[in-house]
Amino acid sequence: MPERAYMGIDIGSSSSKAVIIDRDAAIRGEHIINLGTGSRGPADAIAKAFEQAGITKVDRTVATGYGRILFKEADKQITEISCHARGVKQLVPTAETVVDIGGQDAKVIRVKPDGRVENFVMNDKCAAGTGRFLEVMSRVLGVGIDQLSELADKGKPGVNISSTCTVFAESEVISQLSSGSSIEDVALGAHRSIAERIVGLAGRVGIEDDVVMTGGVALNDSVVQAVEDVSGHKITRLKDPQGMGAFGAALYARDLDN
Amino acid sequence: MSEQKTSKELLNELLETHYDNAMKVQSEGKLLAWCTSISPQELLETMDIYAVYPENHAAAIGARKQAPDFINYSESNGYSSDLCSYARVNLAYMDILQSEAGNIPRPDLIFCCSNICNTVLKWYENISKELNIPLIVFDTPFNHQYEVNDQCTQYIKGQLLEAIGKLEQITGRKFDHDRFREVMKISSETSKWWKKASLEAAAKPSPLNGFELFNYMAAIVCARGTVAGRDLYKLWYEELRDKAAKGLGPWKDEDEKYRVMWDGIACWPYLGLTYKTLKKYGINMVTSTYPDSWYIVYDVDDLDGMARCYSSNYVNRNLSFGADNIVDIVNKFSLDGIVFHSNRSCKLMDFRQFEIQRQVEARTGVPSIIFDGDQTDPRAFNPSQFENRIQALVEMMESRR
Repeated sequence: MPERAYMGIDIGSSSSKAVIIDRDAAIRGEHIINLGTGSRGPADAIAKAFEQAGITKVDRTVATGYGRILFKEADKQITEISCHARGVKQLVPTAETVVDIGGQDAKVIRVKPDGRVENFVMNDKCAAGTGRFLEVMSRVLGVGIDQLSELADKGKPGVNISSTCTVFAESEVISQLSSGSSIEDVALGAHRSIAERIVGLAGRVGIEDDVVMTGGVALNDSVVQAVEDVSGHKITRLKDPQGMGAFGAALYARDLDN
Repeated sequence: MSEQKTSKELLNELLETHYDNAMKVQSEGKLLAWCTSISPQELLETMDIYAVYPENHAAAIGARKQAPDFINYSESNGYSSDLCSYARVNLAYMDILQSEAGNIPRPDLIFCCSNICNTVLKWYENISKELNIPLIVFDTPFNHQYEVNDQCTQYIKGQLLEAIGKLEQITGRKFDHDRFREVMKISSETSKWWKKASLEAAAKPSPLNGFELFNYMAAIVCARGTVAGRDLYKLWYEELRDKAAKGLGPWKDEDEKYRVMWDGIACWPYLGLTYKTLKKYGINMVTSTYPDSWYIVYDVDDLDGMARCYSSNYVNRNLSFGADNIVDIVNKFSLDGIVFHSNRSCKLMDFRQFEIQRQVEARTGVPSIIFDGDQTDPRAFNPSQFENRIQALVEMMESRR
């Protein structure tokens, strides 16, 4: 059992992530549940993380993500923009740019040497280029969202999804499929479409190496590859991109104890 | 003797009278014009034509959260949801003629100046056609050069002179040049007090909470050429000056922690929410681009100066001016950050927002955020996305201290 324990809880639109660290920033407990704000997701993620860490309480908690404001038990609420930057900088000290694609947001964050946010851009209210876009695509293609990457690996380039609007893109994909494109090719085209959208957004703050991708969408290696292809920058892959917001929040929680 | 009224009381009275009179004047034989917000009202005031301002009125309807009724009406009438929401509210109001935010009657003529917007040309043209009433347009070409050049000045001056002729024709009365001089003088004085009052916000802490500026703006639009308007802004200036001298900040219950400007029009349906969200983080919006928008100051009898002023609004000026203008505001008001409202209604304001943001940040080092919203259409704004960006701005401002 760690002497002191700090928790970061990232309550997103479609998943909840809890990370518990000790004084040395080592992860002692972590759990991710695909249920977001307003559900039992946060409580379950926390319970599981506690169990893994073998503790019943933590010393400090920082909440982040869209559900952070409603999570009253936290000592502090910090935006996921700052938390992703902080988490990444801890693991990849050379990181200058973080591309975070979550359930409803896509962000490009420029990180300062101290892990704070230099500048950032975010998608507007439109769901294009976010995890929600991939959810819609996986439904149309009749596969699970976690199978999209593997599917796209077998696809050939050439299917172009030009609509930026997720609703229009859905109809576009349906007509691509009815005109004979394979689901593999369409999956690859969808990933390319996300990558183009995010790289277009990144142009406003500039991309500097090293570039790290976080958020649930970074679990899809085909999207990461597409972002590399479109941006011309190598992307540093993390073992746990989805937990990066919660990890950063846990680091901020540890700061509160100092 | 009764106590002297506060500027807030005068403001409310002035606006109430403005709308009350609007409903009366036509029965007294006066003509009433619908005007764009920064149009040469001096001509109407001189001719004793009552001016009302659909943009002001639409904003008030928005603030009363009544805009969706009007917007839905316009959209079912065939107006696109991509069109300015002031236009959609007003084009519906023209038929409905009833709102909780006060009423204005249908106009006898239209007075339209393109200095603030391009959509107004077609919007007002539609009104003129549907109601079959005269339309007087002031075309102020976009200034691709830094200053308003002489050709444009002459072109606009020509339109002012032509408009005088048209007004004489419409009213059947001669234009009174002595009265015109008087109105020019009052209008410039009102503008000066408006600007002087808003400049008091440069004090640290600022005696002014900038959301008040949004409220006080209603009268600079509709009472600029009147003695009541001038006196109101003079009093407001004195109140703010006294408050600043005492070192009083914007709020009684909270300290001003961060100072920001708001770029663009307010989100009227979420005025309270946006205000409270900023205040929650100790952010005082000390200023915006509004103080300069109604700083229309020229010498009496100087028609060239008047023409140049009406073309000088920042949205009608080139990119370099747009960036210089905000850099100047950042320095003058010692700002910590900027909140850019990407207003779905206003393509003209949004068009160069990213580039202005980039240039201003490079030159001042002040962080900023852009949020999506709309001046009156509540569907284009999301409170939690707004707060997320505001909190991120706080985190950036904090890390730069």
